[in-house]
Order: sequence, then C-alpha cells, then structure tokens
Amino acid sequence: MPGTSTPKPRTRRKSEPALAAEGLSKSYGERAALRDVGFEAARGELLAVLGPNGAGKTTMLAILAGIRDPDAGSFETPGGEIGWVPQQAALYRRLTVAENLKLFARLEGADDPDATVEAMLEQTGLAERRDDQVSTLSGGNQQRINIAIGLLAEPSVLLLDEPSAGLDPAQRIKLWEFVSSLAKGGTTVVYSTHQIEEATHYGDRLLVLADGEKLFEGTFPALRRQAGARPKGQSADPDPEADFVRFLQKKGH
Amino acid sequence: MRWLLLKDLQILKRSPLLTALLVIYPIVLAVLIGFAVSRGPEKPKIAFLNQIEAEQGLELDREGGFSQSEAFEELCRRVDCVTVADRDEAISKVEEGEVLAALILPEDFLDKLQAQLTGAGLESAEIEVYVNEDDPVKARLVDDRIKSLITEANLVLSDEISAQLLTYLDVLVEGGEFSVPLLGEFDVLGLERTQQILTAIKQDLNGPQRQVVDQVIQFAELAGDNLAFADELLGSVRQPIAVQKEVVSGDVPPLDTFAVSVAIAITLMFVTVLLVAGSLALEREENTFARLTRGLVSRSALLVEKIALGTVCSVVVALVLLGVLELFVNLRWERLPMILAAIVMTGAGFAAMGSAIGVAAREVRASALAAFALTLPIAFLSLIPTGTISEGLYDVIRVVTGAFPFRPSLDALSAGLSDAGDLPLNLAHLALLTLAYFAIARVALRRFA
Repeated sequence: MPGTSTPKPRTRRKSEPALAAEGLSKSYGERAALRDVGFEAARGELLAVLGPNGAGKTTMLAILAGIRDPDAGSFETPGGEIGWVPQQAALYRRLTVAENLKLFARLEGADDPDATVEAMLEQTGLAERRDDQVSTLSGGNQQRINIAIGLLAEPSVLLLDEPSAGLDPAQRIKLWEFVSSLAKGGTTVVYSTHQIEEATHYGDRLLVLADGEKLFEGTFPALRRQAGARPKGQSADPDPEADFVRFLQKKGH
Repeated sequence: MRWLLLKDLQILKRSPLLTALLVIYPIVLAVLIGFAVSRGPEKPKIAFLNQIEAEQGLELDREGGFSQSEAFEELCRRVDCVTVADRDEAISKVEEGEVLAALILPEDFLDKLQAQLTGAGLESAEIEVYVNEDDPVKARLVDDRIKSLITEANLVLSDEISAQLLTYLDVLVEGGEFSVPLLGEFDVLGLERTQQILTAIKQDLNGPQRQVVDQVIQFAELAGDNLAFADELLGSVRQPIAVQKEVVSGDVPPLDTFAVSVAIAITLMFVTVLLVAGSLALEREENTFARLTRGLVSRSALLVEKIALGTVCSVVVALVLLGVLELFVNLRWERLPMILAAIVMTGAGFAAMGSAIGVAAREVRASALAAFALTLPIAFLSLIPTGTISEGLYDVIRVVTGAFPFRPSLDALSAGLSDAGDLPLNLAHLALLTLAYFAIARVALRRFA
C-alpha cells in the first residue's frame, strides 16, 4: 500500500504542457459521461485523475487514447505521441513475454524490434522471464509488460487506467516505483484511480472528476484547503481520505 | 498483418485442444468416411435351418436341374449364415439377438416346388422366417433383405418354370418325347408333323372332305405360329416391368466423391468457423482488440487477417483429410487446381461467417455455442435431397441454405473433385458470401470493444 505520510507537493510544470485538453464532453445516450473537462499536464509530471466510480475517468482516458471520439472538445500533445495502458492487461497470455513485446514492437514499426524488446525487458526487470508465457506471470508482472507495451512507441505522454487494480500491496509498490521512474525519465504519466492515497502519494497533481464534471485540478494541499477545516473532535492525524470525502461533500457529491 | 497471422499460428500451436481438433478430427473423420465408402454393408447374420434331405434336389427337364447345395451357397453369399441344429435353437438365437432372423426350410419345401413345376400340385412352397422386432431399424433391414432374397429366388424359379413350359410347348409344336411323372413317357406327334401328314392326305381327297382337312391344316399352322410367340410372351410375363433409365438433368457426382465433399465441408465448417469466431472473441477477452485497433491495425485489416487465418488452416486441414482419404478412394489429383480453388473459397466463406459470429458473440464460449447452433441445422438442411419434401418447402430451404456457405461449399467441392456441377458458379457464390459476412462483421465490430 502507498505510505500514509503527508505527501510532499512536487511541481514539475514547465511553461509548455505535454498534454492539454479543453472542453472534452462525451455522452452515452441520455447519460453524460464527461462534461466540458479541460486540464493540462507538464512534461515528466504524474497527474492523478481521481474520482468515485462512474466519475468519467475511464471515458476521459479512452478519449485521450483515441479509442473513443469526444462529442465535443479537443486535446493536443505537442511533445509527441500518447501511449495507452488499459486497466486490464492487454496481452496474449499464450505467448511469452518476449513474443508479446516483439509482436507489438513490430506493429509499432520499431526499426529494430529485437533491440526494443531487450531494452523493454531491461526496463521492466523481467529479462529472466522473457521466455515465460504471460499466463504464468503474477498480476504485477503482467501489468509491467502491459505498461512496457504502452511505452514501445516511446510516447511523451503515458495514460494508465487504474494500473494497480487487482494487485496486492507488494506488487503495487513495485509497480509505482516503475511508473515513477518513467516520470523521472521525462514521460508525462496520467493515471486514473479511485484511491485517494495512491493519488496523493504518487501524483504530483490531482484532477478530480465526479459525475463527468471536473471539480478540481491542482495539488493535494490545495484540495485540502478547499475542503475546509475538519469538524471539531476529529483526529488531527493526516487523513487524505477524510479530506477528500469532505471535499466531495462540499462540492455537492 | 503477417505478424498478426504469425501470432495467431503461434497461439494455435500452444493450444493443445485446438491443435488436436485441427489435426486429429479430420484424420479420424477421413478414416471413418474412407471405410464407409470403400467397404460394402456388413452381411446380416441369419440362422439357417435346412430340414430338406441332403441329396434331394429339384428335378428339371433341362440340363443341370436345380441343385439344393448351389442355392444354399448363393444364399450364404448374400447373408452370414449361422447353421443351427433345430427350430428351438434357431428361435432362441433370434430371441437373444445373436442373429437378426432365422430362416427354416421345411422338409416338404422342395416336394411342393417340384409339384408346381410338374403341374402335380399348386400349393406354394413356404419358408418359415422368425425375426426379432425389438429394434425397428433392424426389423426393417431384415424384412428388406429377406424380401429381396425371396423375390430373387422366385425369379429364378419362375425362369425354371418358364423354361419347363417352353419345353412342353416345343414338343406340342415340333413333336417328340414327353414325360409325365408317374404316367411315363409319351411320343407326341406335334402340330408341324400333323400339318405335314394332313397336307399329304389332302391330295387324295375331293369335295367336302378336302375342305374339312384344309380347315384342320390351317388350324395346325395357326396354332404352331402362335405358340412360337410363347417364348417372348413368357419372358414378358416373368418380368413385366423393364427399366430404361436416362439422366436428363442433375449432374450428379459419384457417391464416393460426394462422401468426400461432405466430409471436407463438414470438417471445414466446424474447424474454420470455430477457429475464427474463437480467435476474434479472444482478442476481446484478452483486451488486445482495443490496443491493436488504436492505430496499430485497422479493424478491416484485423478481419482480413482472421479470414486469412481460417483459410490457411482450412487448406491444411482439407489436404490432410484428402491425403488420408486417398488410402480409400481414388481421387483425381489431376484436378488439384480446381480442388484447391474449391477448398480456398470454402475456407474463406466459413472464415468470414466465423468472423461475423465471433464479433456478434463477443466471448469465446458464446461464439463456440453460436457457431454450433447456427452451422449444424444449416448443414442438415443443406443435405435434404430434392423430392423428399414438398416443392415449396424445398424452395424455402434452398433460399435459407443459400445464405450460408455450407451448400455452395459442398457443391464447389463436388465440382472440384469430379467434373459434376458448376464450379465457377459455386466459387462466385462463396465469394459473394465471404464479402457479405465480412461486411456484417465489419459493421458489428463498431460495438465490439
């Protein structure tokens, strides 16, 4: 599990955003899944898209990934391509780790697929398991390969849809160490989660969605300030979850 | 696309069940079909009790007679004779299911036949038959086989009786020795000799006596001429219905070619439809569809790749099947280009149908169920022969089955393996169906992810 200490705000925002979205809207029939959402993410920034179930997180990431078309709005990535990692591992379970990487490297049009595979195996720390079928890997290792495939095109922005879902605490920690190393390398990472601790601990900034609307964009201390003071009698210990719930209540959710 | 095809073949290689299905199923089917088309039906087992005295035969005037042992040898060539000691044993074997029927020839059987041949009696010779009708199919089989044997025996005896009658008629016309049982031998003058004698006598007669003799001579001549037609007349009585068959339509392939076509069409129907439907549904179950179609591969290209996969596997499976069938049936390998064309289009048609099923079902298990539910009834309907149901219903079935690849595949394969049928027309039909199912799958793919 992520640590429970008060997260330190990290600001890596540069003048030109790596990803900028504006007025994104999407409806499924009568139901509006996303309403006029806009935000920016800087190069090397970890942006946590936070919100309860049905908030519109997956829809927004699907639009940014190009899987769904928005009804309105637009986005741009001046720095290059967007890589996308679906919530559940999108891998061929009967193929080996190396075969999966090589297939997608070829489909991505890599100049030297073998060299790309070697680099990815090194980066994910799964070189020793290169010839193992994916079905024999743990959920955490499958998610690493899943992310590695998202990185094959060397994207400037990486979208992760609830990357730690279904992982045990140890696997989560390993996964976030890997994701953090990507951000340190300059990749902008936008990830969705509904766990406040995961968002505050690993994210540089938060983008809070609820019922398809953007409620907040900024650092966690700023969100806590908007949430207001805790009611009398409550513990003074850091409790991001309580702060987040208070914030949502204040916003009418 | 070739990388996706390679990937699917790798996955196939690592799926023991699917590989077994692709390799073992056609081999087993080919062996079964091969045995079925190359071996005749098994002889039914029939208990046989002969109560006639061993040396007794059927006495005929013509040379050779009718031998008891020859007749029984002929019978036992047609059925598997199980000799029994007495009637009780025969009936017991039928009751216990050891034999399908028991056939008993009573001791007076040949006596009655002989009496009919000589005109000494008119009572029919009877054979006793005991059957077990617990199983309606077996009962029908035994009935048909025994009726057929009795009909043939009657025909043989009818020939003998006709020959005997002709002998008598010859004596009446030409004259000669005539033997009657119990009464001995007679010398018969005959109509021709009567005519000759009367003609000679006529010279010495005058007036009314000569006219009377003339009338008798004319009668003898007329009777002789008419009795000379008796041979043809008896032949037509023995076989009053003659069959003259002429094929005016329906370019029918030989039975073994049709059996091979059915084997290939059914095998490819199951293997290809299940493979392609399952492979497409698997892309969704493994969440790779969204990843692939996010700029790496177009949806149409993915469908084309799956249809290509199905077609490649169809060709391999069909060739394995044909290779095994060659052990049993003489295939016309000089027609290989036509055979391959039929196999390729059959594979493409079934693969396209499989892709539509896979996209519609969205899950591997559901796609397998849908594939079985859709293809099996269509295959059965396609095999209904013309004339067995009402014309209107048959037309409806033709339209329905024409919308699926099985019937045109069957026709194309038959036309490819032999020169019966219209190969180009059926290939065009399959090409049209391939495009139609591709279009259906492509539209349904919008809601696939």
